[in-house]
Amino acid sequence: MWDYVKMIALGLITVLAAIAASYARDLAYQVHAVIIMLIAGGMFLWTVRNADEPRSMAVETGYMDGVIRAGVIATAFWGVVGFLAGTFIAFQLAYPVLNFEWAQGYANFGRLRPLHTSAVIFAFGGNALIMSSFYIVQRTSATRLWGGNLAWFVFWGYNLFIVLAATGYLLGGTQSKEYAEPEWYVDLWLTIVWVAFLAVFLGTIIKRREKHIYVANWFLLSFIVTVAMLHVVNNLAIPVSIFGSRSVGVFAGVQDAMVQWWYGHNAVGFFLTAGFLGMMYYFVPKQAERPVFSYKLSIIHFWALIFLYIWAGPHHLHYTALPDWASTLGMVFSIILWMPSWGGMINGLMTLSGAWDKLRTDPIIRMMVVSIGFYGMSTFEGPMMSIRAVNSLSHYTDWTIGHVHSGALGWNGMITFGALYFLVPRLWNRERLYSLAMVSWHFWLATIGIVLYASAMWVSGIMEGLMWREVDANGFLVNAFADTVAAKYPMYVVRGLGGVLYLAGSIIMCYNLWMTVRAAPAKATAPLAAPAE
Amino acid sequence: MELYTLLRAFADSWMLLFLFLFFLGVIVWAFRPGSRQAHAESANIPFNHDDKPAPAEADPKEARR
Repeated sequence: MWDYVKMIALGLITVLAAIAASYARDLAYQVHAVIIMLIAGGMFLWTVRNADEPRSMAVETGYMDGVIRAGVIATAFWGVVGFLAGTFIAFQLAYPVLNFEWAQGYANFGRLRPLHTSAVIFAFGGNALIMSSFYIVQRTSATRLWGGNLAWFVFWGYNLFIVLAATGYLLGGTQSKEYAEPEWYVDLWLTIVWVAFLAVFLGTIIKRREKHIYVANWFLLSFIVTVAMLHVVNNLAIPVSIFGSRSVGVFAGVQDAMVQWWYGHNAVGFFLTAGFLGMMYYFVPKQAERPVFSYKLSIIHFWALIFLYIWAGPHHLHYTALPDWASTLGMVFSIILWMPSWGGMINGLMTLSGAWDKLRTDPIIRMMVVSIGFYGMSTFEGPMMSIRAVNSLSHYTDWTIGHVHSGALGWNGMITFGALYFLVPRLWNRERLYSLAMVSWHFWLATIGIVLYASAMWVSGIMEGLMWREVDANGFLVNAFADTVAAKYPMYVVRGLGGVLYLAGSIIMCYNLWMTVRAAPAKATAPLAAPAE
Repeated sequence: MELYTLLRAFADSWMLLFLFLFFLGVIVWAFRPGSRQAHAESANIPFNHDDKPAPAEADPKEARR
């Protein structure tokens, strides 16, 4: 029966997508309709071929790890894609000739830049968050994922969202909201996937066999719920046509700007901070083999973080049409936010107290510690940059880009690498990683890469800010905009080299993980199975 | 009264008070006497069930009390 329902639904989607493709009013929409038609059609054929076949009725009792393995592969893959895109556009800025004439309108900086940001934040970071929340919620709830194959729907649905978003950017399907570029139908699809994600996560917590909900799950749940709210509100838009990708946002002017940065800053706060803190609260204690430093601190800094982050958005809009009181409010909350951020950092670092010797012997824990260090550093830098006087120098300069990357490459990237090195031997039942020396190489390449990147952007950003405001004795501006561009050239080359190092490290990681699965000895213990009862 | 004015007045009075008291409540709750045992239990959750789920019959919400 279920097979026939699926067949009818998939057949309908295929036909509707074909109709949409033929009526399409723009290229991005047409390509997306064709992609959906092919996927739905393929699934339709597969369902037809397998309909009414006998299925094994055995009830699975172990942890559901298949979807997490897929998530690990997707995370590593999208990581390399995103770092490659970032390194390429860094060199496009240094050498404009890389905006090839034959690819104008598709592969120039303006099209590739959102591809890079979405690839690293949503593809790499999002897959890392989804797979690790599936791993963490099962282990800390001592129960199998709720919802059966719904978890697979979340995985494939999310990755389809990424493919639609990425192809859309290249073909011009964008609503031009930073970090929320995908157009209306892609947003609707992500909403469906996200609700399914929430259902799987919450369902697993509800049927948990532990008395308490572990703190990592609090952070992950806040990340899922808040991102759902942000995504829905910021993407409220009315499509121009049901057969086209263009849409008009329901907010206008300064309200639109405020909603966008309420979204944008909380994407940082809940996607890249709360979610990754959830990862930290599981993987760091596991790798250090000791419980978290202070559980009380984790509760207090959780609630403080949740209550404060949501107000910090207006600091992106200093000196704009936004009323001063609103941007002051954002600034004040950003500065208070320093406390809970450092609460998290202290809790993560102090988890190692009494086991600091592991830093010498275990490159994975070293990666996690550097990641927490960068978290502390960028959550100090951020509040500082949100102060109006500092912002008047830093805003619109490369300093902002440097700040974002010390957070993204340092904190999000490194903790994800640590999680991948932790997970692969366990998920593929291997005794150990293929090579710890390669982990060390990855660690140093990535760290030196970030240092090159961040220091180049500090120099470039502060120089740029100072050049923009420099006036001569008569009050005339001294520098033309092009002068600042020319002066930044050496820093842009250094930044690109930093990207090359970071990318090289991630490729070494992929090889190491691949060889771990292929060549590392299998774990000697009995395979995972529920005991006969 | 205009809806905006009404909501705004509510937000910067009762809601603010509620959120502030809620946060104070969290701190008091975290430091309440006898919480050390519960926190230690929670902090050790990641080390309990690494390889397979807990068996169904040992439902700790009942059994551990």
